[in-house]
Amino acid sequence: MRPEIMAEVEGLRGVNSVKIKEASEAGKKVVGMYCVFSPQEIAMAADAITVSLCGTIQAPIEEAEKELPRNLCPLIKSSYGFAITDKCPYFYFSDVLLAETTCDGKKKMYELMSKLKPMHIMNLPQTANAENSLELWKKEMIYFKEFLEKQFGVEITDDKLRAAIKLLNRERKAMKRLHQLNAHKPAPLSGMDMMLAQWLKGFNVDKEAGIELIERLTKEVEERVEKGIYAFDENAPRILLTGCPIGSGSEKVLRILEESGASVVALENCTGYKGLDVLVDEDKDPITALAEKYLSTPCSCMTNNNGRLDLIERLAKEYEVDGIVDLTWQACHTYNIESFTVKNFAKDVLNLPFLQIETDYSDSDVGQIKVRVEAFLEGIK
Amino acid sequence: MYSVGIDVGSVAAKAVVFDGHEIVAKEIIPTGWSPKESGEKLFEMVTSMARVDKNEIKSIVGTGYGRVALSFIDRKVTEITCHGKGAHFIDSNIRTVIDIGGQDSKVIKLDEKGNIIDFLMNDKCAAGTGRFLQVMAHALEIDVSELSQIGEGATPETISSMCTVFAESEVISLMASGASKEGIAAGLLQSVCSKTYTLVSKVGVQNKVFFSGGVSKNYLLREFLSKKLGVEVFSSELSQYLGAIGAAVIGYRD
Repeated sequence: MRPEIMAEVEGLRGVNSVKIKEASEAGKKVVGMYCVFSPQEIAMAADAITVSLCGTIQAPIEEAEKELPRNLCPLIKSSYGFAITDKCPYFYFSDVLLAETTCDGKKKMYELMSKLKPMHIMNLPQTANAENSLELWKKEMIYFKEFLEKQFGVEITDDKLRAAIKLLNRERKAMKRLHQLNAHKPAPLSGMDMMLAQWLKGFNVDKEAGIELIERLTKEVEERVEKGIYAFDENAPRILLTGCPIGSGSEKVLRILEESGASVVALENCTGYKGLDVLVDEDKDPITALAEKYLSTPCSCMTNNNGRLDLIERLAKEYEVDGIVDLTWQACHTYNIESFTVKNFAKDVLNLPFLQIETDYSDSDVGQIKVRVEAFLEGIK
Repeated sequence: MYSVGIDVGSVAAKAVVFDGHEIVAKEIIPTGWSPKESGEKLFEMVTSMARVDKNEIKSIVGTGYGRVALSFIDRKVTEITCHGKGAHFIDSNIRTVIDIGGQDSKVIKLDEKGNIIDFLMNDKCAAGTGRFLQVMAHALEIDVSELSQIGEGATPETISSMCTVFAESEVISLMASGASKEGIAAGLLQSVCSKTYTLVSKVGVQNKVFFSGGVSKNYLLREFLSKKLGVEVFSSELSQYLGAIGAAVIGYRD
């Protein structure tokens, strides 16, 4: 049984696309973003609305493939397809786009996309550990701040940054609390609902209302735990899902896992827990604090990326998982190669069954994935 | 008491009756257009062969891609788990199972109890599967069962394409340029061997290695695999029934 508030959460999709239109027409500036490395706080301190841009649906890929290679990650193709077909209201109403140099595919796609809208690119260091990485990333924060100040004719003060940091930390804390509810055995919220709640927050135009909704959802779920109402029975294998981001339309593997009887309790990916784990230090100089927080993101485009293994280990223990599933989008080299490391880590260090699935947004391999997932779960029971 | 295991694959449907100790009846028929009908027919066939009354059957377990179409079974189990259990039943020393069927190829790694430690399955394409060999045999105008016999002792031609469609054009060009049927047949089996080898290497080969599924009837491919892996690859007359055997064993014991 599903929490009642989930209907309201799902409704956000329609609500937000109307709200973004109203806000834009009322003269509010909109900054469209793609990545969990994007410092939303800086845009918010410029009095702009920040939104995630669409990129989790198969439909626009056909159009994108007219310009992009077919053998490319579906997330990049879908994002670009949405942009060129104007089917994403958030892209349409974005005044500027924020891009970042994560993987090669995204970098080169952004070069094409930058012809459609004013775009600012943040140069992400290749490693989070090097001596100069933080300095470089701090400078990138300042460049982005200066870009917005010029574009929007505003001044981004430290006070405004601090206020934005506090607000987004509250959002992170609220989402984190929701996520951590599933550390309970059995899990009270399905992985599908958890994914939806976390993914939809990216489109929230009104942050305060979004936080309030998540808090109400958390409360409802907590009450259900007290009454002993759970999403799955206690024998359902508990799965940690890691790897590439997922959203509505690209939830195939998550859905198959749960339809096959698993309870996906933790979403380690960047649409799940990854971005929530570390808060921004509210006492430090805001730019330094932001640079530190975003640089700590354990993404596979970083080399090395041992932070991901640490997070997986922590989540695997906290959520008492029975197995790890690593989702890789087709042609995502960084996650695909890293999967070998994650597999060895899962098997040798955590002693947990591990399954990698490489796929795209289409339904062409659903049958095969089902066999693999079912066999994997049969092995766990 | 008895259990029945039914494995409805993309090409052939297999069923066995198990009495808790041994396989007392087995049958194989083409799956045809309806996995449901062939499954039902097969069930009637094996139970009457074994002279087993319906109320003596404690469990019917279905596996294979057609398992979802069978309405009369008690349980569905994936072919991966079934091949693992089946291999363990045949010989408890088996640690690696290479299963190549009509549309899937899989490598399964087992522990000493027959539990699956790891497995890999081909991606959504027919490279290295029985279907690949069937299409190629068709291009050579021979039956798929003749590939080993024809290719034996021949110097393999290089088939560079893994894609079934492109490999077919490659076979046709090779024939046009005067290459021998024998050499092409051997080359095709080499090509499946190397594709399978990649899959096995990713899981890591552990002795004893057993070859199951319809393609295991291909003794030359088995020889190639043994050579390439550097260990003997075993097979038996029950190889094609491995999934059905595993299903029956699971049905009897669990």
